[in-house]
Amino acid sequence: MKRRTLLKTGATAAFAAAVGAPLRAQDAPMKVGFVYVGPINDGGWTQHHHHSAKEMVDHFGDQVELVYQESVPEGPDAERVLTQMCLQGCKLIFTTSFGFMDPTVNVAAQFPDVMFEHATGYKTAPNVSVYSARFYEGRAVQGNLAGHMTRSNRVGYIASVPIPEVVRGINSAFIHAREVNPDVEFKIIWIFEWLNPAKEADAAQALIEQGCDVVLQHTDSTAPHAAAQEAGDVYTFGQASDMAEFAPKPRISSIIDNWAPYYIDRVQAVMDGTWESVNTWQGIGDGMVGIGEISSAVPDDVKAEAEALRDSIAAGEYHPFTGPLSKQDGTQFLAEGETADDETLVGMNFYVEGIEGEIPS
Amino acid sequence: MITLERRPQPSRAWSYLSPILAVLITMVVGGLVFAALGKPPVEAIRTIFWDPLFGDFAGYFRPQLLVKAAPLILIATGLSFGFRAGVWNIGAEGQYIMGALFGAGVALAFYPIEARWLIFPLMVVAGTLGGLLWAMIPGVLRVRFGTNEILVSLMLVYVADFLLDAMALGLLRNPEGMGFPGSRNLQQYPSAHNAELIANTGLHWGVIAAFFAVVAAYILLSRHIFGFNVRLAGQSPRAAAFAGVSANRMVLICLGLSGGLAGMAGMFEVAGPAGQVLASFNVGYGFTAIIVAFLGRLHPLGILLAGMLMALTYIGGELAQMNLQLPRSAIQLFQGMLLFFLLAVDVMTNFRIRLGRKGVA
Repeated sequence: MKRRTLLKTGATAAFAAAVGAPLRAQDAPMKVGFVYVGPINDGGWTQHHHHSAKEMVDHFGDQVELVYQESVPEGPDAERVLTQMCLQGCKLIFTTSFGFMDPTVNVAAQFPDVMFEHATGYKTAPNVSVYSARFYEGRAVQGNLAGHMTRSNRVGYIASVPIPEVVRGINSAFIHAREVNPDVEFKIIWIFEWLNPAKEADAAQALIEQGCDVVLQHTDSTAPHAAAQEAGDVYTFGQASDMAEFAPKPRISSIIDNWAPYYIDRVQAVMDGTWESVNTWQGIGDGMVGIGEISSAVPDDVKAEAEALRDSIAAGEYHPFTGPLSKQDGTQFLAEGETADDETLVGMNFYVEGIEGEIPS
Repeated sequence: MITLERRPQPSRAWSYLSPILAVLITMVVGGLVFAALGKPPVEAIRTIFWDPLFGDFAGYFRPQLLVKAAPLILIATGLSFGFRAGVWNIGAEGQYIMGALFGAGVALAFYPIEARWLIFPLMVVAGTLGGLLWAMIPGVLRVRFGTNEILVSLMLVYVADFLLDAMALGLLRNPEGMGFPGSRNLQQYPSAHNAELIANTGLHWGVIAAFFAVVAAYILLSRHIFGFNVRLAGQSPRAAAFAGVSANRMVLICLGLSGGLAGMAGMFEVAGPAGQVLASFNVGYGFTAIIVAFLGRLHPLGILLAGMLMALTYIGGELAQMNLQLPRSAIQLFQGMLLFFLLAVDVMTNFRIRLGRKGVA
């Protein structure tokens, strides 16, 4: 019994220290934590979160201190890293991968005074917000370009983890490729990881060997670009970051994640005491999704058309999922003129008509 | 001129000294590496080895050491029998995964029935069995066809990894998970949850199993004929054969034992700290346990200490990453050096250094 009490006291002391930390930190810079799933130099997803985090720090200068941890495994280790950040006095923590969802919610329950922002998940709490970008809007532009640029009518797609976000991207790209090129086919390879340069290179290689001359990727490394460059006449798109080092060919455009404005907003909200749990999902119009420069390898008229598509999405005049659309099994998805609501998009677990193959399950 | 001379008997003193020396050399060389990266070396080493135990938030970190060390100790204890007998199970990682899948599979099959007295023990049995059966594959192949158990057990890790992916996306996927991969969280299923037995101590059933395994292994090795046979088979297979020890039985028993314990570790992990079957569930405990086994001199008590030390480098390493911005790869390098220097220093156990010219006939 005594031992038990002792242990309890120890734990209470630790948590008291955690709660006490912000008190002494009144004048010190506010600590903002970032938990990354990959290394900060992955060239894609994590690098861009880190880049945006640093932009946020530049914006606030001495008022904030950046605390981050890279390559955190999605599981119990993430929970410990998050707790460490809380104990060290972070007031706001961004967890930048889907797999951090349950750890974030668990730790948030223990530290009600710390605010959490989880990227691409769906579980919220009074101190947990979720945020994501409407990447499918960018995919529409990519699909449009891919449909025009392919000569073999085969477009390769390196898919990462079969979650709705990835499926949504495939559907959006396919719909817009078909729209400009009724003969286009998609070859999809799932690698079940977000970042694995070796697997990505293999997948790109396999797609190119199957006759694909445009390769889209939902994975984070530049390995597919290198493979495409080696193969010759193959076009690729930057993912998460511009990957401009491969422009003008093979990389002909890109989807750029731009989290900085959101990060600045949220940090400001904590400083002002106005932070509230929100569910944010922004696209091209809000600047969270950027379309990288369409390179000189693309003919002018094609480029103009893609840019017009981008602008109409940004202006909210066009929704990439506008009916009539059918699901892969032929049943109706959207009626003429109908647009998909966010709930449907968030849980999207089916291919649209015309895509071959199955979503792994 | 320096020559190495084989000792007539392995040196007892060196065999105890070399792990300690290896740790010290790792600290020095690690410090140099950190210094080369422009980080304060002494502070880095202190952060890794001291802060988790006696630093500001040690109250939180000490229990975490148990959580992290338990699977390492459990797996390493099992491996040590085989390593002593010359049976090389390199695939504990795969057996760990299979144990988790079997354990979680049983739990999810019963969901949502509440009957802890039945379900939890059944999960332990299933998890152990899962690891054991997976280890039997290289075992039976070696006994029947003379295949190399090193290769087969290692390759089966990758098979298990794919099975894990498939399960997280398919059979075991949470039907209420919005189409995202991953099973239900067992932490929210009281009958299956391997919870902390006393709050904030880190003590869960896996920790108890690890300590129990250490004690049992100690008794088995020092007091039981099986332990004698294991040592005999490793040191002198021919003598063992004459003594009536069946080499084939030894292979199967050693693989079964290590596989079973690895499976059990996986089950406790998935039902407790991890909570979910996720593609990212395994973080390399099965491989790290090999280092732990050798660092602990294949001795149960040594493994206990080595497991705690390894856990310390994990948790301290995370702290160093966060506080000093050390790259994660530097921490991994640091852990790898531990085994490297151990093997290097181990030369001294079997050899002695002679200065001067070679002995004249």
